[in-house]
Amino acid sequence: MFLGRIEGIVWASIKDERLRAVRLCILQPVDEYDNPWGEVQVAVDRLGLVDGDLVFWVDSTEAGFVDESRGLPSEISIVGLVDQVDLAEAGGVGEADREG
Amino acid sequence: MELARVEGVVVATAKVDRLHGQKLLVIDLLRADLTPAGTQIVAVDTVGAGVGEVVLAVRGSSARQTDKTAHLPTDTTIVAIVDEVVYRGRCVYRKRDPEKESDVSGQD
Repeated sequence: MFLGRIEGIVWASIKDERLRAVRLCILQPVDEYDNPWGEVQVAVDRLGLVDGDLVFWVDSTEAGFVDESRGLPSEISIVGLVDQVDLAEAGGVGEADREG
Repeated sequence: MELARVEGVVVATAKVDRLHGQKLLVIDLLRADLTPAGTQIVAVDTVGAGVGEVVLAVRGSSARQTDKTAHLPTDTTIVAIVDEVVYRGRCVYRKRDPEKESDVSGQD
């Protein structure tokens, strides 16, 4: 699993039936110091995320199994909203932006 | 999933049995700001996408996680036709509405 930031949303009304009612977010992978890496991806969001949220996500075939339904056609799925990252050294991403 | 623009259609008469009846499209992968990423691939289309449309493509083994592609020899499947992309608080893409366009042409 990896960390990432939500940077946007993709709307699509014509889609595969397994993606019906599934939110699709634009995800920027980041490291534990909030530095972006890799290519921006479109990811399945089951959590109702908003721009700026710090999340963790899975890739490859595992991404299709985020709930009890059949596998989703997605190679990237967000599986959690990060509250806090504690590192041995100072300077980590810290608390997520979302207020309680 | 990756954003992509449909660039063209692939026609192939001789192909493996499992690909018979499948629509194959050439797609150009896009970055989140809709600029071309420089990679073109052939994808199986399950949603009826047309040339010029922005779509979502799934790659790798996940490309077979739809009812229509479950047993196909494909590593890239088009699974959605994109209506709108909002990136960093800005709408970077909105699909053109053909009905509104026909209204405009009707005024000529």
